[in-house]
Amino acid sequence: MAERTLYNKVWNKHKVATLPTGQDQLFIGLHLIHEVTTPQAFASLAERNARVRFPNRTFATLDHIIPTENQLNRPFSDSQAELMSKTLEFNVKEHGVTFFNSQSGNQGIVHVIGPELGITKPGMTIACGDSHTSTHGAFGSLGFGIGTSEVALVLETQTLALTPLKVRKIQVDGILQPGVTAKDVVLKIINVCGVKGGIGYAYEFSGTVFDAMSMEERMTVCNMSIEGGARIGYVNPDQTTFDYLKDREYVPKDQQFEDLKTYWQSIASDADAVYDDTVVIDGNSIEPMVTWGITPGQSVGVSQRLPKLNSVDDDDKVLLKSALEHMKFEEDSAILGQKIDVVFIGSCTNSRLSDLRAAANVIKNKKVHSDVTMMVVPGSQRVKAAAESEGLDQVFIKAGAQWRDPGCSMCLAMNPDKLEADQLCASTSNRNFIGRQGSPTGRTLLMSPHMAALAAIHGQVKDIREEMPS
Amino acid sequence: MKIESVSGKAIPLLLDDIDTDRIIPARFLKEITFENMGKYAFIDERQDSAGNQKDHPFNDIRFQGASVLLVGKNFGCGSSREHAPQALKRYGIKANIGESFAEIFAGNCKAIGLPVVHAQRSEISACAAFISQKPDTVVSIDLVSKRVRYFEESFLVSMSDPQRESFLTGTWSVLDLLKKNQSQIDQLEANLPY
Repeated sequence: MAERTLYNKVWNKHKVATLPTGQDQLFIGLHLIHEVTTPQAFASLAERNARVRFPNRTFATLDHIIPTENQLNRPFSDSQAELMSKTLEFNVKEHGVTFFNSQSGNQGIVHVIGPELGITKPGMTIACGDSHTSTHGAFGSLGFGIGTSEVALVLETQTLALTPLKVRKIQVDGILQPGVTAKDVVLKIINVCGVKGGIGYAYEFSGTVFDAMSMEERMTVCNMSIEGGARIGYVNPDQTTFDYLKDREYVPKDQQFEDLKTYWQSIASDADAVYDDTVVIDGNSIEPMVTWGITPGQSVGVSQRLPKLNSVDDDDKVLLKSALEHMKFEEDSAILGQKIDVVFIGSCTNSRLSDLRAAANVIKNKKVHSDVTMMVVPGSQRVKAAAESEGLDQVFIKAGAQWRDPGCSMCLAMNPDKLEADQLCASTSNRNFIGRQGSPTGRTLLMSPHMAALAAIHGQVKDIREEMPS
Repeated sequence: MKIESVSGKAIPLLLDDIDTDRIIPARFLKEITFENMGKYAFIDERQDSAGNQKDHPFNDIRFQGASVLLVGKNFGCGSSREHAPQALKRYGIKANIGESFAEIFAGNCKAIGLPVVHAQRSEISACAAFISQKPDTVVSIDLVSKRVRYFEESFLVSMSDPQRESFLTGTWSVLDLLKKNQSQIDQLEANLPY
């Protein structure tokens, strides 16, 4: 078993007891909640006349179901969205939970606002009824997704019954080629380790590639840990982490900051930490990645071709066939040149200011191809305001893209933003599952923001390395 | 409630990497209760946009009334939506046998009293082949002996000790266990550096 890793240290710090079942009772230092996975949890508390145990450790926002047009107009035109939002509004008021609503100026995707407000910090245990809670691992916290019954347990006891994971070190050293982003790095990791490779593991992302990344880039990587089957992914906190946190709204200042920093430094993995296993990937050789299938592991470097059916064993052949069939792609075809109908820039993976800048930089003074609909959905109201203050909204609008209000939007299509029929979407989100973007026959290619922007201009998949913006 | 065994007809769904969006598409997550979820299990795989039925084990008349789901690898990957196991449970599934399960999905199953057990591909495939021929066969999972039995066959399954323990002792709904340690929770909370 792993020893002296950040995972072990943070786990031990939050372990309340060993339960009679053999599981550990783990204290959850921060509980993030949103409208979709909480109504039944609050209803179960109400049935028992129970209260939220630590409302000050619970923060709420509205992100999944919220429309990205005319967001301030209530009631929402979708009556289910209105009821779901009202239910959350009632519950947070009833239990005294801080709620970042659309009037707050702080609303946004739960995994965007936690970090940007400084609510997310190193050394925390963080749970949320959303699988992409792994995002918060970028800060050296243990963030993980839970289901609604578990949300109820956290609301009522601030604890969960869990079995510790194994820890895998994912070592990526080297220097990324121009055009290669954090998104490409994580897609490569999933491609190498597989979508099931991480089951039972937490991933520690280690090496010079992650050392050199900004916090937003680290968030992109940790966000997609779950797509590789790892419920938790993290990066050890360092000066980049501390610099990001300093002066954020929910981060204490002065001496208190220094005291916290001592704690943050103490929970980083020791130099002689022991891991359950290690996977080494060469950072120098990673290409811009594009998925071609129906799982995030079905990807290729943009210059590569799709696999051949006879290149895999029988079990995988079934999967490969079903993926090609859904995607309407031929085996051994090139991913370059595939015609795109929709471009979606957004989601908890790639909707932060640096992502929008990267996309804007490509599309500046260019036009979205006439066959393409492009939607840009900032991750939060703060991201939106920051982008507008530097004119990014105008860059997108002038190019012919739609500039929307913040939310999860077409990542999972719980709001009106959906693919139609079998449209092919170049998307900066995290899942290319069948039906994920709102149409049962819709098709998704996952890629980085600047690759998606380039696809928007050309109406087809192109290689960003051939058209790097200055 | 103790769960020592589950038996019933079985339904095979052996494709790997079946994600929770496929089990239940996001548009059905707009309901604020789980009440109707059983109707939506695999809906987009079971019918086309015009409402015509497609080939799918959940539509197959032979497997109607099944309570044991046979799956492949990485079943339930993706979203943490508890709506997925809720949909299966409300459809009538009482236990899952598979090669591997996504972590969050397995936790959600346990939380609502659906045992999830692991078995070898060859055993699951043989069982699936048998029930495809004789769909009325009763498949039973005995959590005490960690064995699945059907017709004259049987095979061993594995599950984590805490999972098994929690079903055998009826503590899979952990709220009471967690609440017992109130004072330790308060003490830990007070001593956290944040």
